Amino acid sequence: MFLIECPWCGVRDETEFNCVGEAHIVRPLEPEKLSDEEWADYLFMRKNPKGMHREQWLHVAGCRRYFNAERDTVTYRISATYRIGEQAPGEAGK
Amino acid sequence: MSKYSIFSLVRNAISYHENWAAAWRSPEPKQEYDVLIIGGGGHGLATAYYLAKEHGMTNIAVLEKGWIGGGNTGRNTTIVRSNYLWDESAHLYEKSMKLWEGLSQDLNYNVMFSQRGVYNLGHNLQDMRDIQRRVNANRLNGIDGHVVTPEEIKRAIPEINIDQGCRYPILGASFQPRGGVARHDAVAWGFARGADLRGVDIIQNCEVTAIRQENGAVTGVETTRGSINAKKIGVVVAGHCSVLAEMAGFRMPIESHPLQALVSEPIKPVINTVIMSNAVHGYISQSDKGDLVIGAGIDSYNGYGQRGSFPTIEHTVAAICEMFPIFRRVRMNRQWGGIVDTAPDACPIIGNTSVKGLYFNCGWGTGGFKATPGSGWVFAHNVATGEPHELNRPFALDRFVTGFLIDEHGAAGVAH
Ligand SMILES: Cc1cc2nc3c(=O)[nH]c(=O)nc-3n(C[C@H](O)[C@H](O)[C@H](O)COP(=O)(O)OP(=O)(O)OC[C@H]3O[C@@H](n4cnc5c(N)ncnc54)[C@H](O)[C@@H]3O)c2cc1C
Ligand SMILES: [Zn+2]
Repeated sequence: MFLIECPWCGVRDETEFNCVGEAHIVRPLEPEKLSDEEWADYLFMRKNPKGMHREQWLHVAGCRRYFNAERDTVTYRISATYRIGEQAPGEAGK
Repeated sequence: MSKYSIFSLVRNAISYHENWAAAWRSPEPKQEYDVLIIGGGGHGLATAYYLAKEHGMTNIAVLEKGWIGGGNTGRNTTIVRSNYLWDESAHLYEKSMKLWEGLSQDLNYNVMFSQRGVYNLGHNLQDMRDIQRRVNANRLNGIDGHVVTPEEIKRAIPEINIDQGCRYPILGASFQPRGGVARHDAVAWGFARGADLRGVDIIQNCEVTAIRQENGAVTGVETTRGSINAKKIGVVVAGHCSVLAEMAGFRMPIESHPLQALVSEPIKPVINTVIMSNAVHGYISQSDKGDLVIGAGIDSYNGYGQRGSFPTIEHTVAAICEMFPIFRRVRMNRQWGGIVDTAPDACPIIGNTSVKGLYFNCGWGTGGFKATPGSGWVFAHNVATGEPHELNRPFALDRFVTGFLIDEHGAAGVAH
């Protein structure tokens, strides 16, 4: 069982949360200028790393707010959670 | 290598079964092959088998980082069916179904394919409309299936709860009589033996760590057992496809998730078919040993750990207990997870890549076991000729650029 620290509510049980995919994907600023390849890249292509990953979580059964987490996809250990808009902490932030 | 038959069984019984030859060799990797297949799951082994059998290519190695069949092939709930909605997928899965129907004879290896039928349950009116639509689409494609009522389900499966007062009542189902199950390990072993017989080298404990390229074409790989050259490489690594794509310098529209299954203690025969419910995330069949084989849904997060979370199991077991109150006191024996490669449209990605000589076959996600023979068959064609077969052309990676997605979430769902 995961214990996940919501940056607003504190530590809660994993059943209150939903993982909603890769974080820090920036929406294109000038969408009309994008080629089909660039759209495909934005919409569908994912890092899906084996190891350290940054992803968005939703506190569905809590404050219902999104936040980001840094988690290892092999050990499943969460090393940090942080609010949307905040700088990603740690190694993988570089 | 001797053919398996009643005579070889008797002959070996006389020597107390101590002199059976190994089913495949374990050779040292050569410096160079015509084709490398990365990933020794069912799909990779089937690809090697059909490359040898249908295309006469035998200078091939299958490179497997662990033991063959140790990935999703040996971890799945073995449900086989072909009742997918869209023409493209229906044709692909039906090709596979036809191959299943003759597979044990073709391989001279009993894959224990058992066409005991598959029920896909509906729990609300929209489920039933979708089921009707899918069955109609299947029949137009020549795929067997019909819609059954709760009473008909109850007659076939007396243990099922069709009480209309529960939270997710059973309103009906689709039934594909030709669906069923097969023995997962036997599928890997049978294809391995068949490929090996034709000269394919199966190399286990050999992890690919880099893909070498020159001028936009592959030249070989680095592995934990040295470097190996080849001008054609087929990547069939399921949950690890993004890792291999990164080695080759591109990304995939894939996310790898844990998917779990569990089996109970063996009990007397009680279910002689397969029952699946997408809506409540539970599916169940009974193995020949007597254990109930139960599959869960995926965890929402990405994971390479071959294990999932306990709440997901609890959710599935709750659904099973609601559908089959008789199983409430059955004890569960073992539980495990695999790493499934889910694609945005719940369909596989099979075909060429931007690198010359490099082919990918992945994205089968939660439901690729049923496709094992067909996937190997079309991918062998693609690797041998350099061009997709008509059956796998729609499943090219570039559909994510053209927008020609094939949405099978309804038929594939989270269940299989
Ligand atoms: C719990 C569970 C239940 C399922 N139930 C069903 C079902 O009922 N019906 C159905 O149709 N499908 C089901 N599936 C899906 C099905 O198991 C898969 O789609 C299918 O088995 C994939 O086969 P494969 O050969 O592509 O992958 P795998 O069997 O996973 O083979 C890939 C192989 O690649 C190897 N590999 C990875 N990286 C490397 C590397 N760098 N170098 C060398 N080798 C590498 C791995 O070790 C692995 O053996 C289920 C899956 C799971 C996990
Ligand atoms: Zn919260």
